[in-house]
Amino acid sequence: MFIAFFLDLRKAGLPVSITELLSLLRALEKRLSSFDIQAFYYLSRTALVKDERYYDRFDQVFSETFNGLESDHSLEEIFSQIPEEWLRKQAEKLLSEEEKQKIQSLGGWEKLMETLKKRLEEQKEEHHGGNKWIGTGGTSPFGAYGYNPEGVRIGQHESRHRRAIKVWDKREFRNLDDSVELNTRNIKVALRKLRKFARQGSEEELDLDDTIRSTASNAGYLDLKMVPERHNAIKVLLLLDIGGSMDDHIRICEELFSASKTEFKHLEHYYFHNFTYEYLWKDNKRRFDEATPTMEIINRYPSDYKIIFVGDASMSPYEITYPGGSVEHWNEETGAVWMTRLLTAFPSAVWLNPDPEHNWDRRPSNKITRELMGNRMYSLTLEGLESAIQSLLRKPVLVPQ
Amino acid sequence: MDNQHFKSTNNYVATEELSMAVNAAITLERPLLIKGEPGTGKTQLALEVAKSLGAPLIEWHIKSTTKAHQGLYEYDAVSRLRDSQLGDDRVHDIANYIVKGKVWEAFAADNRAVLLIDEIDKADIEFPNDLLQELDRMEFFVYETKELVKAKNRPLVIITSNNEKELPDAFLRRCFFHYIRFPELETMQQIVNVHFPSLKQDLLSEALGIFFEVREISGLKKKPSTSELLDWIKLLLSEELDASTLREEDSNNILPKLHGALLKNEQDVHLFERLAFINRRKQGQ
Repeated sequence: MFIAFFLDLRKAGLPVSITELLSLLRALEKRLSSFDIQAFYYLSRTALVKDERYYDRFDQVFSETFNGLESDHSLEEIFSQIPEEWLRKQAEKLLSEEEKQKIQSLGGWEKLMETLKKRLEEQKEEHHGGNKWIGTGGTSPFGAYGYNPEGVRIGQHESRHRRAIKVWDKREFRNLDDSVELNTRNIKVALRKLRKFARQGSEEELDLDDTIRSTASNAGYLDLKMVPERHNAIKVLLLLDIGGSMDDHIRICEELFSASKTEFKHLEHYYFHNFTYEYLWKDNKRRFDEATPTMEIINRYPSDYKIIFVGDASMSPYEITYPGGSVEHWNEETGAVWMTRLLTAFPSAVWLNPDPEHNWDRRPSNKITRELMGNRMYSLTLEGLESAIQSLLRKPVLVPQ
Repeated sequence: MDNQHFKSTNNYVATEELSMAVNAAITLERPLLIKGEPGTGKTQLALEVAKSLGAPLIEWHIKSTTKAHQGLYEYDAVSRLRDSQLGDDRVHDIANYIVKGKVWEAFAADNRAVLLIDEIDKADIEFPNDLLQELDRMEFFVYETKELVKAKNRPLVIITSNNEKELPDAFLRRCFFHYIRFPELETMQQIVNVHFPSLKQDLLSEALGIFFEVREISGLKKKPSTSELLDWIKLLLSEELDASTLREEDSNNILPKLHGALLKNEQDVHLFERLAFINRRKQGQ
């Protein structure tokens, strides 16, 4: 059962390993959780799940695996929960005088309960996970006495099990699951992965190891060695779509922007509207008098800059593929041509899309953009951001011309 | 056996799930990784666990410059160099220049110690990987003296993280993990009771009401946490405010009394004022 549970967890995409399963089994062996399913839930969660983002998925799998099975969990407890009064009454109502005599011959009510208990235990082993503990076959005395587990509703009391189920069925950790909820801090943490440390510039740190080594080889006379400080050598060109359909996503873009500003030492940003054409601009208020020719940007920045486009890529397809398609001005060359130029100049690039991924296929412009980008479009969620960063750190693929 | 198990103490409220995680870590002698919103008592947990186990607590606070080997030991080459140039006799024994780190201290303790590695995510990304073997086998090798340091008693290692960096999988696999969720009203009440036993019930419920209302506001940059609630209540008590003053609606000032303890951000204060204002107007209509 544990193995099935374990495999289900893996199927659900939780990174659980055999080491963790073994440590859970070891904990069970040490009786850390006895027959209480709630304790088992806490124990298995603490042993198997190592990131709160996976709590929700864990809860779902747990609920699938163990709901319904739970009645199997502690027979002892459930049995003690069947009110004896009720059983006795039920029996008296159903039993004929003759049968009552037979009970007496079996050794009385106490004896009967004991046999019933034993029988329940035996049947549990045979059925293992089934719900029909007590058969209706005529040979069992219990069947004959009309004992009906349906009526008793074993395991369906408002018991503590009931409450326990709720803990995982509540799914309180839903929000933590690679949350759509992005904030500046989240983004910063994600962006931190986009790092490549390099020692460049003036030598200002004492390199202790090298100093010791060269002092030793210098027969004990101090020989100081310096190295340059480590810096994040990643350079980023952030191109943001602004206005129009992007108004819905302003907040998230602001947050991405403010997070990246503090995270990268070399960060340049420009705005565009819907798609890239011959001009980009730095200040959206003065876009018409202070635009920078795209050609100049291509020439100004070295090709190791990584481009991050941020936009919803939803527009009329003409805005990409036709000259003069731009909604704002007459463009001599198509947006696609400009995009290809940018991508050729800066091979390492991604497109972050704040529009939810399930909308993408509905928009033809999105499809065209993805083709131009060589499929490097990612949704602007934590998960998407992480894949985008991974893609930026890989060796860039060449864009089909 | 009794002191082997961790439960809520007189001044710390541990939920059932948290105690389970701690007990699992104690029994299987594995490190316990604790995450959670800032101010939910992650560091406090180590103090309380140590107290309830009657074990010494060894704290290792991590900074961005902390290296893994600093927790094990450091070879003080500079003093040795100085001693050698001064002709000190100590210089001949390298062991004189090995400075024990926190992990070594925990390994060397006569009784089982509780080792707190606080805010592990502050350190370099490679930091946890560098400690894998040491935490797993509870031993390490001192190259300078060719000595194997082995834990006399495996310490209980409690590691806290604020999620600033992801921890490597290999490291996670060796730990138990618990995420301290933000407490619910009921747990919160217990927590406040533990800290302010003589607090009047009506003031408490009024304060908690306001507190959770503030937390509900979406868009706050920094939601107030447990430690902020406790600070706020301390302030309320020292100002000798009572429930009725707290409830009192003051048309000139819509912010909760002494809000500085709860809202620590100018934008948040503005946001709150704006929302409260809108709310007021709606009610007025």
